[in-house]
Amino acid sequence: MEKLIDQIKQGKVWSIPGGVHPPGQKLQSTTQAIARLPLPDKLVVSLKQHIGANGKLIVEKGQQVLKGQALTKPSGNWSVPVHAPTSGLISDICPMPSAHPSALPELSVIIEPDGEDNWCELNPVTDAKALSHDELVDIIHQSGIAGMGGAGFPTYVKADTRKAIEFLIVNAVECEPYITADDMLMREHADGIIAGIELMQQLLSPQLTIIGIEDNKPDAIAAMKLAAQHNDSIIVQTVPTVYPSGGEKQLIKLLTGKEVPSGSIPADIGMLVQNVGTLFAVNQAVHEGKPLIERVVTVTGNTIHKQGNVWALLGTEIKHLLDCQGFSPVPQQRVVMGGPMMGFTLPTVRIGVVKATNCILAPDHQELAEPGDEKACIRCSACADACPASLLPQQLQWFAKSKEYDKLNEHNLFDCIECGACAYVCPSEIPLVQYYRVAKAEIKEQQAEQIKAERAKERFEARKERLEREQEERQNRHKRKPAAKSDGEKQKVADALARVKAKSDDKDSKSAVAAAIARAKAKKQGAEIEPDNSEVAKERAARKEQARKYKEQKALEQGEEGVDKDDKKSAVAAAIARAKAKKAAQATEENASAETDAAPKDDKKAAVAAAIARAKAKKAAQAVENQTEAEEDSAPVDDKKAAVAAAIARAKAKKVAQAAENQTEAEEDSAPVDDKKAAVAAAIARAKAKKAAQAAENQTEAEEDSAPVDDKKAAVAAAIARAKAKKAAKEQAQSDDSSQQTNDSSAEADAQPQADAPESNEDKKKTAVAAAIARAKAKKAAKEQAQSDDSSEQINDSNDEADAKPQSDAPESSEDKKKAAVAAAIARAKAKKAAKEQAQSDESSEQLDDSSDTDDSKPQVDEPESSEDKKKAAVARAIARAKAKKLQQEGNDKS
Amino acid sequence: MKLTMASSPHNHSHKSLSRLMMTVIAACIPGLIAQVFFFGSAVLIQLVLALITVSACEAAVLMLRKRKVWPTLSDGSAWLTGVLLALSIPPLAPWWIIVIGCMFAIVIVKQLYGGLGFNLFNPAMAAYVLLLVSFPVQMTSWLPVSDLLASPISFSQQLSVIFNGFTSAGFSVDQLRVAIDGTTMATPLDTVKTDVAHHLTVAESMSKPLFNDWFGLGWGWVNLGFLIGGLYLLKAKIINWHIPVSFLASLAVCSGIGYIAAPGTEPGVVFHLFSGATMLGAFFIATDPVSASTTNRGRLIYGALIGLLVYLIRTFGGYPDAVAFSVLLLNMAVPLIDYYTKPRTYGHGVK
Amino acid sequence: MTLFYALIALGSLALIFGLILGFAAVRFRVESNPIVDQIDTILPQTQCGQCGYPGCRPYAEAIANGDEINKCPPGGEATVKKLADLMGVEAKPLAGGEQADPVKTVAYIREDECIGCTKCIQACPVDAIVGATRQMHTVLIDECTGCDLCVEPCPVDCIDMLPVKETKQTWKWQLNAIPVTQVD
Repeated sequence: MEKLIDQIKQGKVWSIPGGVHPPGQKLQSTTQAIARLPLPDKLVVSLKQHIGANGKLIVEKGQQVLKGQALTKPSGNWSVPVHAPTSGLISDICPMPSAHPSALPELSVIIEPDGEDNWCELNPVTDAKALSHDELVDIIHQSGIAGMGGAGFPTYVKADTRKAIEFLIVNAVECEPYITADDMLMREHADGIIAGIELMQQLLSPQLTIIGIEDNKPDAIAAMKLAAQHNDSIIVQTVPTVYPSGGEKQLIKLLTGKEVPSGSIPADIGMLVQNVGTLFAVNQAVHEGKPLIERVVTVTGNTIHKQGNVWALLGTEIKHLLDCQGFSPVPQQRVVMGGPMMGFTLPTVRIGVVKATNCILAPDHQELAEPGDEKACIRCSACADACPASLLPQQLQWFAKSKEYDKLNEHNLFDCIECGACAYVCPSEIPLVQYYRVAKAEIKEQQAEQIKAERAKERFEARKERLEREQEERQNRHKRKPAAKSDGEKQKVADALARVKAKSDDKDSKSAVAAAIARAKAKKQGAEIEPDNSEVAKERAARKEQARKYKEQKALEQGEEGVDKDDKKSAVAAAIARAKAKKAAQATEENASAETDAAPKDDKKAAVAAAIARAKAKKAAQAVENQTEAEEDSAPVDDKKAAVAAAIARAKAKKVAQAAENQTEAEEDSAPVDDKKAAVAAAIARAKAKKAAQAAENQTEAEEDSAPVDDKKAAVAAAIARAKAKKAAKEQAQSDDSSQQTNDSSAEADAQPQADAPESNEDKKKTAVAAAIARAKAKKAAKEQAQSDDSSEQINDSNDEADAKPQSDAPESSEDKKKAAVAAAIARAKAKKAAKEQAQSDESSEQLDDSSDTDDSKPQVDEPESSEDKKKAAVARAIARAKAKKLQQEGNDKS
Repeated sequence: MKLTMASSPHNHSHKSLSRLMMTVIAACIPGLIAQVFFFGSAVLIQLVLALITVSACEAAVLMLRKRKVWPTLSDGSAWLTGVLLALSIPPLAPWWIIVIGCMFAIVIVKQLYGGLGFNLFNPAMAAYVLLLVSFPVQMTSWLPVSDLLASPISFSQQLSVIFNGFTSAGFSVDQLRVAIDGTTMATPLDTVKTDVAHHLTVAESMSKPLFNDWFGLGWGWVNLGFLIGGLYLLKAKIINWHIPVSFLASLAVCSGIGYIAAPGTEPGVVFHLFSGATMLGAFFIATDPVSASTTNRGRLIYGALIGLLVYLIRTFGGYPDAVAFSVLLLNMAVPLIDYYTKPRTYGHGVK
Repeated sequence: MTLFYALIALGSLALIFGLILGFAAVRFRVESNPIVDQIDTILPQTQCGQCGYPGCRPYAEAIANGDEINKCPPGGEATVKKLADLMGVEAKPLAGGEQADPVKTVAYIREDECIGCTKCIQACPVDAIVGATRQMHTVLIDECTGCDLCVEPCPVDCIDMLPVKETKQTWKWQLNAIPVTQVD
């Protein structure tokens, strides 16, 4: 160790294999000092400018921010905040093309500068020596510093390494042609960089700090030597100019002669490499309190008039940089972010500068010729001679082309640093690096798939086992049933009874109030439904949509980072997030205070639990309501009966809740799927809702009869319905004259969703769904109807209303033209008959039979609805609509 | 103006395939001049024939394979094959020898294997061996250096021999090969080999007019010419030093050992290095990147084994020269050599 | 007589070597990975049942017993090729043809439309759908194998098979697929 340090101090520099000597092209951008640019009109600050998770957004659209104000705060692994580069207004927060070779959109904060450039409050540290390790790391973290040499690794993670660091290596090599950002920074701010180094030394206490600079930067070397004079532990080492000596691993080898083992990080062998720009940023953050909001960017290339370095605010669009420096594009212009060897071309110049952007290169076709056609590899292995990692690029290329991924791994593809030296020298102009990148991506995908397949297998087997076990248990239970019944069943009944009692007992006083409130709310809601609240609904939908989208994205990002390795969690989290968003929306609708339930913790169960919790909360809230009303009656006389009654009460309460909920949901539902569609749908929905309301008034009696399609089925259904009605009647008898109000409101509530739901949905699938829901609701409503034995005309009416809707919708989605036609014909016939009947039954509307009739109308319309064929459905719908209109008229006439 | 997407790196060394091939062809010139000087301008006729044949064959196959003709043809690899073959066969061989050779080299050895970069064997050498095995008489009918000829032949006569088999005066190649003293001339290697087989000592054999002090008349100069061209290639970094150096070193060591062991029957190091196709093989044939080893250590082994084989076949084999055989044999061993000589990747094999 | 001796000698030699071989076969038996396991690792484990067997393992067993190797649509041609290599048979085009390169999809439940019938939960071979009766269901995207089995049972058609979204991590450097814009 001592010997090694001595050798280094004597100026020994090791060598790396391979390497190339592309023309430097650095002089043209070093003639002038680093320039300041006028403020751009717009800043696009990407939330993710580093390796790791996004920070958590803490600002919102329309907010005014100050220069240096944090836009995100760290959350989760390796997340680093971003800050407002200048003061101004946040005009939008949306995904924008990112500074990544793929340019895939990344959530970005768009700031319109107000021109004031007002700083937020800064907290410079005067005596950094007094700071503890953690405090210092925290400052670096909160200042949003990530590696500025290109990779964007969070600096605080490196600074906080728990491994013993022997050598702090400062990367000032800047081996890529054209780029002079670090060079100029060193010439102008050597003191700041050295101060940054000293802060790092304080954090890591290395034995030696080596600054590696290529010998083509004599000015920078002189400046750094001068600035580092006072500190013995800092050595400025000159390395020969060869590309890619600035690669982290290559630099370590050059300066210390050691190699970082494959798959390890430098810290594993006691090394830590920091870029000079990063160290300058550390100094700024600590001594001046300024977060990382700007960096030096080289703007160069022959199409740029004023080639040089500029201080660019993070988020400055590339276009602004180009325009400020004078840009006259050529046909087939390439705009490269980074250097000519490893940089990537941009598909648009509307991409913001990020923390790792060190150069914008806009070459013409003379200086950097377009790549020629790929020719056959002649195995000259010039690539192998150039490879700094001693790989066999041409072998890798053959394997990559033939997709022999095992061989690629065997030939250490993943040790390739993609420096491009091989492709640079290839006489056949084979885009070698591109092949490797694609192969790497494929291999990674394959590995991920392999893991997934493995897990799928496990899960499948676990499931199989579980099912078998359940089967077995069921069989066992069947065998033992008679015995079990005696104690087990009784116990259960007793338990249920006890629960019911307990509930009604201790919630007596409170529940009365709660019930009153709930009732009031329900009424209000009912009232609210009448006026056109589509405006509110729209807004709500939009909000919900946004929240959901954002959450989804976040969840996705966390997943993709690989930082949050727990896939399950993220999926569930996303689901929970979505569920919560919904819940929140519903909570406001329902005012059901009971809902804010324990936050779910368990992974899988969480989603389920949340859903269950919600349901229970609802049930509870409404059970109470019902209880109060039916209290005297539900006073348990008979064990069994009481349990049944309780169940009924609960069911009813739930229905009420759902109805209300559904009403709102139905309105909102159309929104999340597709933004555009949602807007259109909302508009249509509103229009339809109005129409529907009117129609509903008109239709009443006439329509319910139009339903029966299939005689046989109808008969069966009727039979079933009657049976149900009888049962219901019995039950009803037990639960006395459980107030009409409840039924009323429930029926009314039910009616609403039916009217709304189907109409706000444009496409067929949705209508089918809506119809299904509506049907379900209608059934429930009908049942309820049956239960209320003394059901008044009102109830029947409202019930009719409820039924009217789905019937008009139902045939729309029908599968089959023929069927639809037949159905329509039958319907017409029925309608006539019904009309007649209607006339007769007008007076006898109180009879149970009637209500069971209305019941019947439901199942009959069911079968055509499970439609699939869109075209047919559309035709059918058109026909049906025509029919419905006719029916309406008829109905009007009749009534 | 639209932006363009491209994959990094965005710049290039501007070394192109065709420039590489042309440089190699250009480096053949010193050797070619020497051949013309000593063996007559018939070489040029063969060269022209070869170039025409390879171009036609390459173009035809490319068209059959539905590839673009000019971009591939212009990379120069086919021409290089033609040049090397033309330099390898006896200058006065009949025209169909070179035509068959070129056709075989391009169509069978190169294109049927998938074209440039996919051929397992060096096309020129495979063709040479085919010709040697199929037409041993024509392929060994080397004329002696023109000074030694009974009757010097003019360019038109050479043309006539190549296309008609006889000079205008009616001499066949065999008759032309008869030297002033009435004996049939062969190449120096051939002569030594035959003489040693006839229990003459090397010294006795070398006292024949075919030889000067060190090596066969003319052949030494031809080899020198190729050496100069090869050194230029090294300097221009077209070829790596590994193969020629290990080839020549290995041949030198082997022949040196042989000479020490049996000075009477062994012609010695210099004779081996400057006879036959040694230099042509070392710098132009064994270094053919497509069929040679691709790792640096592999190249050393490859070159050394070729040197060894050349010596062994020259000394103990049935043929006077052995470069083509040795190269082909080692071509077969290349995948194996490459496999076992992978360089140590950065970060591997360290603690 | 000589013939007789020769026969005896050869016969006894054969016997001895036979015994040695037999002993070696028993004593040094190599516990090789049974063919079924090897096939099973090649199959994509979507458990989709499109091969006509209830899961990948049963299909692997069927292949080992001589069934066709081209019945796995999720695996695509690549799987067929690998199976062909393993089984030493000719690779065949995928049964049912067409979809040579299957697009990766995952199930997505339009949760607002879900009526909570649990039918998809019962259909899912890898328990990747969570939910309870009458409650919204959701798909664990990372566990979903994209087998389509949940789509059919859904009574309200609220399950979509959406292609897996491309992220920076899964992006495969299709530079030419990036839409470029004008310089300004």
